[in-house]
Amino acid sequence: MAHAHTVKRHKGLMDWLTTVDHKKIAILYLVAGALFFGIGGIEALLIRVQLAKPMNDFVTAQQFNELITMHGTTMIFLGVMPIIFALMNAVIPLQIGARDVAFPFLNSLGFWTFLFGGLLLNLSWFIGGAPDAGWTSYTPLSSTEYSLTHGVDFYTIGLQIAGLGTLIGGINFLATIITMRAPGMSYMRMPMFTWTSFVTSAMILFAFPAVTVGLVLLTFDRILGANFFNVSAGGNPVLWQHIFWIFGHPEVYILILPAFGMISEVVSTFSRKRLFGYSSMVFATILIAFLGFMVWAHHMFTTGLGPVANALFSIATMLIAVPTGIKIFNWLFTMWGGQIRFTTPNLFAVGFIPTFVMGGVTGVMLASAPADYQYHDTYFVVAHFHYVIVGGLVLGLFAGLHYWWPKMFGRMLSEKLGKLEFWTFIIGFHMTFFVQHFLGLIGMQRRVFTYLPNQGFDLMNLISTIGAFLMGVGVIVFLINIGITAAKPRNASNDPWEDGRTLEWTIPSPPPEYNFKQIPLVRGLDAFWKEKMAGNKEMTPAEPVGSIHMPSPTILPFIMSVGLFIAGLGFMFTSDDFGNSFMNFIFSNYIVTGIGLAITFGSMLVRSLYDDHGWHIEPSELNEKGVKA
Amino acid sequence: MMKPGKAFKRLVPLFLGISLLLSACGREDLSALRPQGPVAEGQFGLIKLAISIMIGVMVVVFGIAAYVLIRFRRKPGQNEVPKQVEGSFKLEVLWTAIPLVLVLILAVPTVQKVFAFGEDYSKDKNAVKVNVTSHLFWWEFSYPDYGVTTAQDLIIPTGKKIALQLRTADVLHSFWVPSLAGKTDTNTDGTVNKAWLEASKEGVYLGKCAELCGPSHAFMEFKVKAVSEDSFKKWIEAMKAPAVLPEDPAVAEVFKSQCLTCHAVGDQGGPAAPNLTGIGSRESVASILLNEGASGKPGDRKPVKDNLVEWLEDPQAVKPGNKMPAPKDLGLTDDQIEAIAQYLADYKLSY
Repeated sequence: MAHAHTVKRHKGLMDWLTTVDHKKIAILYLVAGALFFGIGGIEALLIRVQLAKPMNDFVTAQQFNELITMHGTTMIFLGVMPIIFALMNAVIPLQIGARDVAFPFLNSLGFWTFLFGGLLLNLSWFIGGAPDAGWTSYTPLSSTEYSLTHGVDFYTIGLQIAGLGTLIGGINFLATIITMRAPGMSYMRMPMFTWTSFVTSAMILFAFPAVTVGLVLLTFDRILGANFFNVSAGGNPVLWQHIFWIFGHPEVYILILPAFGMISEVVSTFSRKRLFGYSSMVFATILIAFLGFMVWAHHMFTTGLGPVANALFSIATMLIAVPTGIKIFNWLFTMWGGQIRFTTPNLFAVGFIPTFVMGGVTGVMLASAPADYQYHDTYFVVAHFHYVIVGGLVLGLFAGLHYWWPKMFGRMLSEKLGKLEFWTFIIGFHMTFFVQHFLGLIGMQRRVFTYLPNQGFDLMNLISTIGAFLMGVGVIVFLINIGITAAKPRNASNDPWEDGRTLEWTIPSPPPEYNFKQIPLVRGLDAFWKEKMAGNKEMTPAEPVGSIHMPSPTILPFIMSVGLFIAGLGFMFTSDDFGNSFMNFIFSNYIVTGIGLAITFGSMLVRSLYDDHGWHIEPSELNEKGVKA
Repeated sequence: MMKPGKAFKRLVPLFLGISLLLSACGREDLSALRPQGPVAEGQFGLIKLAISIMIGVMVVVFGIAAYVLIRFRRKPGQNEVPKQVEGSFKLEVLWTAIPLVLVLILAVPTVQKVFAFGEDYSKDKNAVKVNVTSHLFWWEFSYPDYGVTTAQDLIIPTGKKIALQLRTADVLHSFWVPSLAGKTDTNTDGTVNKAWLEASKEGVYLGKCAELCGPSHAFMEFKVKAVSEDSFKKWIEAMKAPAVLPEDPAVAEVFKSQCLTCHAVGDQGGPAAPNLTGIGSRESVASILLNEGASGKPGDRKPVKDNLVEWLEDPQAVKPGNKMPAPKDLGLTDDQIEAIAQYLADYKLSY
């Protein structure tokens, strides 16, 4: 048996730093995402406290601009993205009957670059000031002429490194879903969450290069003195808006599509029915992704693109309502004739539907360019995108997390606390954001650090602030729920919700390191449900029991990311005066940057030169159950 | 199925109800829901149409959702497996076609209005041309046909099209007068925008900057004052009159050497900072210190002179990040500030 353990097995912290197991990386993503989500949430509460009454001076104007910039940036890039990746990592390989993702090493690299990018961005709070030009970072406000601190440098370089992680993750999931589906799982038998993750990954592949380019241009403008957005040297600030939104709009769908998938799984499971109109759901998902790339200029209706462009982008945007409507009705008709159980995940899913519809209809309203001249950059828009992102995506994430929690951790979350979470969160949510529609319509523009009294804004802002704290309570109850659950025995069964339909419910909770002892044979959509209906307790295996090839753990992705972090930090401060000749020397001569890059490229060299063939788990070990997750 | 005509008739009361509800919202001089000119009216019309359609959609979806959630709860002891329905082609077509029709209903007026509001009146002889230039954190309005430049209060005649040309002197801002017209960004040179608005009746309308532009973005407000054609002409004449300088030669000297390097009054001074001609009769000082006796709208109003003193004592405390050097740093004493404030407060235009 000794030959099976040629790989070094790490314990404790080292295990987490070196793991390439998708299930553990999922947990890392979840923990890091929760950390940043918490930071973004605290920023949100500070914003709401400042706006609770007119002419408040809880924070200064400059601090407020830093808070809104970091709230938006953190929530989008560092809060919800990694939690989506956590669920994709935890679930996709299990749903398609695979033993891991296609590139376990890259999976780890994606996580660590994301984490170090996020840490770099948040480091700005401690070194000289956070970015203050809004999460959209419009030039010239974000140029060195008007944004004097290093804040925007932390934004461009931090997001660049974090974005690299997202791109790597997207490519990995594309490859995984294309190549690693179990025998019999054709594309049209893939669970809906796999489908939406697949489409989201494809969108990442096309959208993230745009922001990468944009961030490079802005970095060059700021640090190397280039002139891409400098009007006096022939640059054009409107160019930044195009680049940003060519990425930024698809990003919204990158976020929401996985939530659609989660809702589809949850609604179908707890209605005990197959997803109504599966093929039109798939079609609608692809159509949304396609249209998502065609509508970026609706963020720029007031930029002055001219009536022809505004008219075309208006109509293109309105068309997205059609596939989105298809999805809503298909969910409703999935429940129609079913036997609905109101478990916590299903409560969140059911709460999602009306809430998301409200965000969707304001989206169509915003699509009408002439009316958007009024809505644009007001609290109406703030209300709209929070309805879509919080009321849509975050409710979807809560549904997904409660649903797959037993699969990830082997423990059922408390249903009682779960219901409390749901009600406090959703009531708080509507309190916070519903009134904001009206604030916008009656003349309150967004991103204002305060407002004069007597404009009719006071009461609605106070309601909004109270609601925000109620949402905070909901999140805290969720954390308490996690804490209490973690102390309970790990006793969740394979199929804890009893009506599981897909492959992840056929294996233990949490699954063993290798997921499937034998890769299952898929005989239809909702593979497990199909077997259940045929009277089978488990899946038919597609292969005999044999030795299982496993990837080796490695510290290299961590080191590579540390290198990028050092290089990024060094690059930002190349023209600073530290009042210390040694520091000035190593920064201004790109020595720090060089060291960072040397670490990263050195690790890549090691990775290329040293062949790691992984290791095997032998059948005898599988039977004696010697291998734990 | 309901006939389209009948469905439309049923929508009419809904439409009226919503109009009523929305028109009760917000201040007359600030709310997009209480339009005071043709552009804002057109936009409000679209908003009402869109909200009506969307409420219709929500009623249908919420109705189905409520029915489903009540009717199809799992009952205790219910163990038989529900029928696994694959889908329904007819239903899919139905809920693809209906939204398409709704989108079309909204798209037609959208396209009409996009072109109507995109009309260029800068060559129109009857239109009043105004060049809007945004600065951190104030607004400059110049009337090329009259050779007049003012700041913060845009004076316009009622019932005339005002052809705006908008640009920025620094970062991007956005020009927004909710009760008269939606926003237009003020871009840098090379992408200068055109827009138009019109006020149907006399009044003072609040304007705001709607694009994040720095610390005092929140305070970058302005007013649009719509007056009769006669008053407008009188105002132009008054603006063109030679500058009135402080009577006390010592104060006049300080004012000239310290203020007029950037500011202007009448034919004297520079263009870098807001024009001060007739500042005593403006609605506000520094756009957020509201003056007493102006339009009389609600707000914490103080006499012009008090506001000027407050501003001149410490401009950064009033409007963080603004570009005006503190008069005290320039060596002005409290007495000099007082005297200049008094002079400016008395500098009124009659129109």
